[in-house]
Amino acid sequence: MKDFPYTESKDTRSGFGAGLHELGKTNPNVVALCADLIGSLKMDAFVKDFPQRFFQVGIAEANMMGLAAGLTIGGKIPFTGTFANFSTGRVYDQIRQSIAYSGKNVKICASHAGLTLGEDGATHQILEDIGLMKMLPHMCVINPCDYNQTKAATLAIADYEGPVYLRFGRPVVPNFTPADQQFEIGKGVLLNEGADVSIFATGHLVWKAILAGKLLADKGINAEIINIHTIKPLDARMILESARKTRCVVTAEEHQMNGGLGDSIAQLLAREEPLPLEMVAVNDSFGESGTPDQLMEKYGLNEKAIVAAVEKVMARKAK
Amino acid sequence: MAQPTTSETHAPEATKSIPELKQIATQVRRDIVRMVHAVNSGHPGGSLGCTELLVSLYFKVMQHTPEPFDMDGIGQDMFFLSNGHISPVFYSVLARSGYFPVSELATFRKLNSRLQGHPATHEHLPGIRIASGSLGQGLSVATGAAQAKKLNGDKSTVFVLMGDGELEEGQIWEAALYAPHHKVDNLIAFVDRNGQQIDGPTDKIGGLGDLRAKFEAFGWRVLETDGNQFETLLPTIEEAQGLLGQGVPVMVLMDTQMGFGVDFMMGSHKWHGVAPNDEQLATALLQLEVEKASDY
Repeated sequence: MKDFPYTESKDTRSGFGAGLHELGKTNPNVVALCADLIGSLKMDAFVKDFPQRFFQVGIAEANMMGLAAGLTIGGKIPFTGTFANFSTGRVYDQIRQSIAYSGKNVKICASHAGLTLGEDGATHQILEDIGLMKMLPHMCVINPCDYNQTKAATLAIADYEGPVYLRFGRPVVPNFTPADQQFEIGKGVLLNEGADVSIFATGHLVWKAILAGKLLADKGINAEIINIHTIKPLDARMILESARKTRCVVTAEEHQMNGGLGDSIAQLLAREEPLPLEMVAVNDSFGESGTPDQLMEKYGLNEKAIVAAVEKVMARKAK
Repeated sequence: MAQPTTSETHAPEATKSIPELKQIATQVRRDIVRMVHAVNSGHPGGSLGCTELLVSLYFKVMQHTPEPFDMDGIGQDMFFLSNGHISPVFYSVLARSGYFPVSELATFRKLNSRLQGHPATHEHLPGIRIASGSLGQGLSVATGAAQAKKLNGDKSTVFVLMGDGELEEGQIWEAALYAPHHKVDNLIAFVDRNGQQIDGPTDKIGGLGDLRAKFEAFGWRVLETDGNQFETLLPTIEEAQGLLGQGVPVMVLMDTQMGFGVDFMMGSHKWHGVAPNDEQLATALLQLEVEKASDY
């Protein structure tokens, strides 16, 4: 099992803030909108240095999505910022009609996704957002794993023509991917080569998969670990190549089983290469208040849960 | 009082007379009833009621370039239709002002058409800049487009039309709060105040109350006019244009009659989303006489 050294832990939302600020300097068409959450979204630097290109919308997310769609008419590249819950479920029809169906070049940037939002509880912990967004035709859905990758993704989506949902979070997590990485939309990232099982993880669960890989190595299990930062379009080629080699698959994400990464990979395997699959995800449940670590433990979204899923799926593997 | 227009870009390009505009409006009304009759579906009532407004904008007021159509519309006035169900009047006016062939009106609501039941950009129909139909979204979109114009140093104007029943949607009021606060003063919004919605009169259904007082309280400059008479509508639009550039957006409350121009369709919500049968179509066309009909 490869080692993944890191010098610091940071929140992915700060990676978004840093990326947005850099775009402010490099791309004059980038504009930003926020629904009364500048600090939470780490948009302060952009707001300070590019006030003319920033729109404070207030607590009016539906209006924000419509404004963003309108701003594209005239060549702007709007980045909207609010919590994942208010970026998706609250404004689904606005996104569907004014952005997705209208083919508008809007970047929906969503923080505080999933259980790791923590103490605020289930009203704010959306676990359905990936599903909601991936169902929209032509919507690109990205869930990077750490600070550096979120910054790289933020830069990359400005150069991509079309609507994008960029999902990130609140907690501080190991910042282990390279600062100078080229973020390729739709391309999986092979983290560890292995022969016994394929673990496809996204977002905060990528680091948990690495921790699980170490535990599995101690048990003599050689796991292939792949970071699927883009849920849509899915890197079908890389996923199938790995699955055909290892003959069993575990998916891991901070999201409902229904509609998430595991669901996408299950569809792919069912069509192309039916193989045993286990999903580490929330099983048809809302979240609750608690610390992020407590919640990830209770809802089975940590390295222990991944190890258990690997053992289960390997037992199902054809002998 | 009307102020001098703030720049030449607001000066009407076309110099059509009111009698000429009336001829165009009647031809547009013929298109509307024929389009909805042909597919036995669509929304004639609101379309007929808003004909004077769309004809005024596209044939007299707006500076725009139909061909080639440019989505970004830099330097052009642009119009957004928020109440997308009145697509028949929008399509007819777009076709007759040169955005696409008039013959294409025959494909309205049919399979593989660019003229979807509600306006869409998805099929790349020239003249359409946003999908609409699910109500309440157009004022936000128009406001965003107006702010993009400001960022671009583009002095042209954004127009948007909403239905009065549509004002029951909450997003409208989010946008109504936002636009004056952000001094979006290159925006003229219209409300088609026909007093009708699907389930009956708007006063009974939604209780819209005093719209002038409501929008003024939100910080808009509000004008009122008869929306079915060019003689009152055109001076009101000119007055609205004169109010641009003064730090506030302008709202025009336009009193119209649903179904205007066809006597048996007038003033009733029953013709909101119902097409005429053969006999009713013949009656309607007799009432919509033009000097030189050029039906598609």
